[in-house]
Amino acid sequence: MSGAPALPRMAPTRRPRTDSAWIKAWPIYPLVIFILVVFVYPVAQILWLSVLGPHDNLTLANYARIAHSMVFGLTLGITLKIALWTTILSLVAGYPVAYLLATARPRVRDILIILVLMPFWTSFLVRTFAWMILLGRNGPVNQALGGLGLIDQPLSMIFNFTGVMIGMVQAMMPLAVLTMLSVMQRIDTTLGKAAGTLGARGGQAFWRIYFPLSAPGVAAAGLLVFITAMGFFITPALLGGRHETMLAQIIISVVQELMDWRFAGALSVVLLAVSAIIFLLYDRVLGLSTMSGGDAAARSTSGARQGMLSRTGAAAGTHAVAGLGWVSDRVAEVFERLFPPRADRPRRAIGRIVLGVVAGLVIAYLCLPSLFVIPVSFTAGQFINFPPQGLSLRWYHTYLDSPIWVNATIRSFIVATGTGVLATLLGTAGAFVLVRQRLVGGAAILSLILAPLVLPRIILAVGLFYLYARIGLVGTALGLVLGHTVLAVPYVVITVMAVLRTYDERLDHAAMSLGASRWSTLRYITLPQIRGGIVAGFLFAFITSFDELTIALFVSGGSSSTLPRQMWNDLLLQVNPTLAAVSTVILVFVTVFILLAEALRRRGVTA
Amino acid sequence: MDESVTDQKVKLATRDLSKLYGPVVALEGASLDLPEGEFLTLLGPSGSGKSTLLMLIAGLVAPSGGDIWINGRLATYLPPNKRDIGVVFQNYALFPHLTVEENIAFPLRMRRLPQAQIGSEVRRALEAVQLPQVAARYPRELSGGQQQRIALARCMVYQPPVILMDEPLGALDRKLRDHMQLEIKDLHRRLGITVLYVTHDQEEAMAMSDRICLMNGGRIEQVGTPDELYFRPKTLFAADFLGESNILDAVLTGSGSAPVLTTENGLQIRVSDAALPAGKRAKLVIRPESLRLLAPGEAADNEAPGVVQESVFTGGVSRHFVKLADGPVVSVKQLTVGRDRSLPSGSPVRVGWAADQVVVLPLDETRR
Repeated sequence: MSGAPALPRMAPTRRPRTDSAWIKAWPIYPLVIFILVVFVYPVAQILWLSVLGPHDNLTLANYARIAHSMVFGLTLGITLKIALWTTILSLVAGYPVAYLLATARPRVRDILIILVLMPFWTSFLVRTFAWMILLGRNGPVNQALGGLGLIDQPLSMIFNFTGVMIGMVQAMMPLAVLTMLSVMQRIDTTLGKAAGTLGARGGQAFWRIYFPLSAPGVAAAGLLVFITAMGFFITPALLGGRHETMLAQIIISVVQELMDWRFAGALSVVLLAVSAIIFLLYDRVLGLSTMSGGDAAARSTSGARQGMLSRTGAAAGTHAVAGLGWVSDRVAEVFERLFPPRADRPRRAIGRIVLGVVAGLVIAYLCLPSLFVIPVSFTAGQFINFPPQGLSLRWYHTYLDSPIWVNATIRSFIVATGTGVLATLLGTAGAFVLVRQRLVGGAAILSLILAPLVLPRIILAVGLFYLYARIGLVGTALGLVLGHTVLAVPYVVITVMAVLRTYDERLDHAAMSLGASRWSTLRYITLPQIRGGIVAGFLFAFITSFDELTIALFVSGGSSSTLPRQMWNDLLLQVNPTLAAVSTVILVFVTVFILLAEALRRRGVTA
Repeated sequence: MDESVTDQKVKLATRDLSKLYGPVVALEGASLDLPEGEFLTLLGPSGSGKSTLLMLIAGLVAPSGGDIWINGRLATYLPPNKRDIGVVFQNYALFPHLTVEENIAFPLRMRRLPQAQIGSEVRRALEAVQLPQVAARYPRELSGGQQQRIALARCMVYQPPVILMDEPLGALDRKLRDHMQLEIKDLHRRLGITVLYVTHDQEEAMAMSDRICLMNGGRIEQVGTPDELYFRPKTLFAADFLGESNILDAVLTGSGSAPVLTTENGLQIRVSDAALPAGKRAKLVIRPESLRLLAPGEAADNEAPGVVQESVFTGGVSRHFVKLADGPVVSVKQLTVGRDRSLPSGSPVRVGWAADQVVVLPLDETRR
């Protein structure tokens, strides 16, 4: 016996049952199960198929075929080359835009962000189609250059590498800009001012202070663009020539023409493996902290963990930046000698003007080309012409009189609505759990949910085709809805999470202290306030499905075609003004949707 | 042009400086001289124009009119990097991706000093702020006080003629702030630097400054030593903003060697000097600590009977609110010692004060 005074024995009171974290997290389970069944399983299946022989025996024969074929080696090389150049051009041209956005006044920034976002959301096919009109032999660009007397013969800007670059960079740059912007917005603006008062010229302050701090964003943007670009097939198929065939195109033809799942699986593994290698190389050279936006300094302090590659990379980066700083410094010096700063007269912000012009041109390149489908759609002529010949609605009549087009349109609406509803239900419930509960492995679950954004879509599409073929979902609306929801749900989760993070949870506590149950609190207090975010999530999901081609390419077809699928067929076979009419309808429709979604999202986040 | 602006002893001069944001006047007619080695503080409520004035001097904002002279040279529209001044920012603005050493070396690199000299100058600056041991660390590995000192070292290392400090202690907690006040003051004295300091904290301004420039509504209200500002405020705003004041309306009724003013309730107040014509209305400013509760038989230049309304004990100091028999309620501040430690409401008392403790502000100067 210890000497402690004996406490009166009390009957053990029943403690209220505390739900374990796993039980409380139930709203996220449907989403997780959905992702496992409709995303992880089909993808794993197709990868597994790659090592199976004709008699379901384990074999590397499929890989041997790839290794022995010159074509595939060549295609891989082309894929890497196109992805690399797309990345470089997107970063170089996107950086000034991101910088302008990060340093602009909030009101200007809001408008500019929408201009950058628009092309991100407007239909891929519409944009590619617009480039086909613009860059053709007799297209407006050649006409304008010829008219100005700059060229004697039309430039060939399409069905070659140039065309692919023009289309791919336009497609990828919004992603690069937004990724870089998210890092740049966290850079303290007083640092630049401090550098100025300490004696740094604009160029020095930029290269020595701002650029190193924004480098993690550039690195992250580069990785995202590169990996995404590797899975492309629409742009190279429509704007490229024979020499611009990418890996995804080969996979499509292997599936559609040879129906060889195992070989397609092996090609998918190659595509995935290359993505993974790029990712790992990136991590070795630049460090994973760049992805999470940690500052460069965090890495240099943990020097012991750094590999040689990483140190070499860091040193090379530092020297490159120092070199650029030196060059800009010399230029500024010469400029200052020619036009010394005057103490008695206001300065003109020449740097800012140059930046505005450059970024303005880039934004114009992002936004304007799609608009060319509008005048073309009103032509009275037989062919696509710019400027249009006469004015008529005949192609709109053709569109609306064609059962194929009308059915495709209706089908797309049905599928997109279904996707929107399903993704919103699953995603909103999941977002609540991810934001409100400190779930063990929450970060891993989030990565799993967001994985469809990064995984080359073609792999998922092939996997779903294989799965659906066996359970009879090919050609059904349900099959499309399920597949599109995998792609759309990340946008819902991200949007709703953003709104929930800014939501003041004390309001819920207040409601409950006033006697509201958990459900009434959700219904009368929480949901009304985050409604904007949820509706925005729905609209983003809707658009994702409405514009989706990759999965539709395999899972729909013939009489079950969606609008993008139907456009793709026509674009490959015969380009005609009906496509312009369809494109115009899509363009107007999507623009309205996106402006609405953006407005709602902003109201949701700032409220 | 007046001579003083080009005088090398005047490290900083502004003449009639103004800044408009559209129709909004952020600063207007600001003329100020900062002699070598002085610690001058811009004090005022938020929106008074003190930060605008600082930004204009730093070159981070272009003025709408007027001139700026730094170290005898015109600098009105020069870019910040050509002004050769030091700025300590509110959040210190230490570069997060550079070590402490690299941060301090930055201005020297920008000035292309030889490497060897940079090393020794950085060491000297670190020693001056007594932090040589943190040279290899990154800013986020330092405490708030240490970051503050490094920000200062980064400015001092290139010996700018003036160091501007924008509420540098605003982010620190009370205790550290008091400590850093002494430290900055000490550095100022030891190193002989010229400082233009911005704060909205009047105690901080009083404790640190050689002179204070009081600002209000985009204008300079009064410039003077802390003592002058406190005891000889020139405007009602100055009297009201610094410390506490009893403010009474009165009219001059007796002039000559012993001027007398009378309040509307008929209370007669003797003052030591009042430069205003008879019959003129004025505001009288009397500090609560200038008022005393008189002991029986004790006499003063001015005496007024009254009744205690409330006594508030706040530690070392007690405050009594007294309703004067023929006048308003006044606040009396006394040390909490002796017989009047606490007085029940309704106690009859006599309030007394010296004639030279009354500041007379003619009414047309009491703008606001």
